[in-house]
Amino acid sequence: MTEHTGMARKHAAGVSIENVNLYYGKNHVLKDVSLVIEPGEFFTFLGPSGCGKTTLLRLIAGFGNAKSGRVRIGGNDVTALPPWKRDVGMVFQSYALWPHMSVRRNVAFGLEERRLPKPEIRRRVDAVLELVGLSELAERRPSQLSGGQQQRVALARTVVVEPQVLLLDEPLSNLDAKLRVQMRQELLELQRKLALTTIFVTHDQEEANTTADRIAVMDAGVVQQVGTPAELYDKPANRFVASFLGIANILDGQLARENGTAVFHSKSGISVPLSASQIPDRATGESCSIMFRPQSVATQPAAAPDSRAGVTMNGVVRHREFLGNLIRYAVTVGESVILVDDAHKPNQPSFSVGTEVRLSLATAQVVVLTG
Amino acid sequence: MNAHWGQRVAALLIAAFLLLFLVIPVVQVIFVAFQAPATGAFTLVNFQDFFNTSLFREAFWNSLYVAVMSVLVATLFAMPLAYFTTRFEFRGAIIVQTLGIIPLIMPPFVGAVAMQLLFGTNGSINLLLEEWFGINIPFMEGLNGVIFVESIHYFPFILINLSAALNNIDRAMEESAQNLGASGIRLFRRIVFPLAMPGYVAGASIVFLKVFDDLGTPLLLNVNTLLAPQAYLRISSIGITDPMGYVISVILVLFSLFAMWIAALALRGKDYGTEQRGGGGLAKRRMRPWEGILSYGVIGLILLLVLSPHIGLTLLSFGTIWSFSVLPDGYTITHYLEVFEQSPQFVTNTVLYASLAALIDVTIGTAIAYLALRTKIIGRKWLDYTAMAALAVPGVVLGIGYLRTFLGVHLPWSGEPLSNWWVMLVIALSVRRLPYALRACTAALQQLSVALEEAAENLGAGKLTTVRRIVVPLMVGGILAGFVTSFATAAVELSTTIMLVSRESDAPLAYGLYVFMQTAAGRGPGAALGIIAVVIVGVAAYLSHRVIERGHKARGLADEY
Repeated sequence: MTEHTGMARKHAAGVSIENVNLYYGKNHVLKDVSLVIEPGEFFTFLGPSGCGKTTLLRLIAGFGNAKSGRVRIGGNDVTALPPWKRDVGMVFQSYALWPHMSVRRNVAFGLEERRLPKPEIRRRVDAVLELVGLSELAERRPSQLSGGQQQRVALARTVVVEPQVLLLDEPLSNLDAKLRVQMRQELLELQRKLALTTIFVTHDQEEANTTADRIAVMDAGVVQQVGTPAELYDKPANRFVASFLGIANILDGQLARENGTAVFHSKSGISVPLSASQIPDRATGESCSIMFRPQSVATQPAAAPDSRAGVTMNGVVRHREFLGNLIRYAVTVGESVILVDDAHKPNQPSFSVGTEVRLSLATAQVVVLTG
Repeated sequence: MNAHWGQRVAALLIAAFLLLFLVIPVVQVIFVAFQAPATGAFTLVNFQDFFNTSLFREAFWNSLYVAVMSVLVATLFAMPLAYFTTRFEFRGAIIVQTLGIIPLIMPPFVGAVAMQLLFGTNGSINLLLEEWFGINIPFMEGLNGVIFVESIHYFPFILINLSAALNNIDRAMEESAQNLGASGIRLFRRIVFPLAMPGYVAGASIVFLKVFDDLGTPLLLNVNTLLAPQAYLRISSIGITDPMGYVISVILVLFSLFAMWIAALALRGKDYGTEQRGGGGLAKRRMRPWEGILSYGVIGLILLLVLSPHIGLTLLSFGTIWSFSVLPDGYTITHYLEVFEQSPQFVTNTVLYASLAALIDVTIGTAIAYLALRTKIIGRKWLDYTAMAALAVPGVVLGIGYLRTFLGVHLPWSGEPLSNWWVMLVIALSVRRLPYALRACTAALQQLSVALEEAAENLGAGKLTTVRRIVVPLMVGGILAGFVTSFATAAVELSTTIMLVSRESDAPLAYGLYVFMQTAAGRGPGAALGIIAVVIVGVAAYLSHRVIERGHKARGLADEY
């Protein structure tokens, strides 16, 4: 496709955001945000609603005014440029297709604004409509299209102008669950094909994990952590990231050094020995928290001999949820409640509520949280 | 669900009312237009006669010209107000929008004479212009006067619709265009304007319809070569048998239908505002200083202009002698005293007629809304359509229809023709204003969850009890809004009134105003009547606003459904 659409790699540009602060009235919406997005990267802003992710995206597009900080695209400072001079393509959450224009007119708009010759506009519109599989529907009005088709038109309208950066504001949120999965695969394919630097805003961690090269997790106007999906899941930097991405058991307590190794003592009386590599420097000797995933804990009947490695502790099953591929137990150990995932296979015995069980935690999978 | 017998009776009663007082009179008028006067056979000869008479041809073109020009001039007033207040961070936007609506509470004919004194050849403005620049602008000459007065009064229809359309445009519509490289005038021309177009067309077609059908303004300005005055003059001077009045009626109805069709077409499937989700309204921009001065200047001028009928009328009602001078010679309250001493019946009749008409409207409106939305009675939609069809029937046409249909029927106790009885005027007013009340009631009922009624029935309440104890109390805001709209517009209705009033003792205020304004000496009291009308309508509007607001607060919970 790249050859005859003329959508070329040369356009892929990096984006850098430097110390951006933005207010809505007295509300500090973006707090000293800095990020570097590499050329050609599929980058995701992930966070709950109100975390500032859409505001940050709009700022890159030129909508909204930062109090301080810079935005650079391809090395050029665009902070002072109005939206229509930025050459970044944005797909809006509502798609914002103009209802008084046909699909073709919608898609041609940006090229017409760039005063390209008519034959070239026609050729490029045809090419991009074919790319998104909508050639047949070019003369329809947006209201005559399904949600998925509207989504493709919005995407086509944006990529046809070959922007340096593609911005996607929760583009899948208006689609039903099945279509969403299909569209995100199409989106990823298209992005790889066009090698476009892409920034994707979502509140859905699955969407972020399945598409992004890297993710910036945001909360309360602050970038909490940047990393690949696996890094964020396995090594969350803080409590927010740990619990926003997946299910997390978090225990609060103290870290104590004993004979060269370190041991974590939770307030509820659970002790977990940690290796040196697990302990961040500044956490030593302070009150801190540890985090582990439910699948890092194994269950045994309480009477079974201590055969497993790691920390073992006894507890009572308070709740169980059957989730198909696994069974999730909530087990009370002292004052703590620990979530445990057991893989489920047919005809395999499981624990019922009220049963005493022995838990063993794989200590190598424990993460010390710094915030 | 089987229809309850009570519902059937209600439906039948309403159907009979609409048939007798709307359908038959109008059909009668149309029928007569196609009848040979002598034989009663079907013919098109009346229409031939109409278009062969140069006076009628002139009236026809004049009416079209006046309606189209009024739309254009009204657009000139409405466009800047709508654009500035929705597009910029505009201090006093609410005041501008509110003042912009004020002309609607006074029908154009009320201020017509005052406008002549302000803008006529010897009016205040021209006297000043002559003194300062030696020029005289014929604002009020002939058709100009009608266009000027009508556009000043009806431009709020365009303002309201256009502002709503601009406010409803999803901000992302504009932002996505900016994102793709459009800005400034191109952005406005390619995106904003087309998206606001349906709202504009809807407003413009209402203005066209209102102006085309208006009788009072041309009569008061003494411009009679227009269709509605011609119909009135033929019937009142030559008589009820003259076919020309009927031919004109058919033409008026056709153009009304045409205007309504255009409005419906413009709005159909183009409710752009609610089509997509996202932030509402266009982005508002701060104005540069020179832009601010310019736009406040333009808006100030327009507001002064559209409020001039009110200003002129006030001056006239308190003025002693006002002729060939910029302002009246002196001020007095004798005009008001004269009205209250000599003809207080104008005021009392108005309040009585308008209240009764509005009462009929909300009763029938509530009933039709309930039947249409909550029952499966056969023909329920037709009740709704028929009642709404009154919108397309100009007042002159309904008046002629009543005369034709009820002149031959005599009251048993006095032997008077039925059409001369004041009750018929009340009914005619209620039929004309029924669409407003019906829409208000329907909207109120649509917001009510059916579950509220089902809960009552589940607890043992019958249909009638449910309506009385649950539906009507919860609809009260909408019913009241409908009552006030009907009341306010019925209170100043002239075109049907003028056809049906047979003596001054039965006449309402609008008729009295018309009679007073015929003579120079009557202008003062006439203006006083006009001010009284504005006060009555204004107070009604204000009260309803208050009551509706209080109702909203009290019913906060119910509104959640």
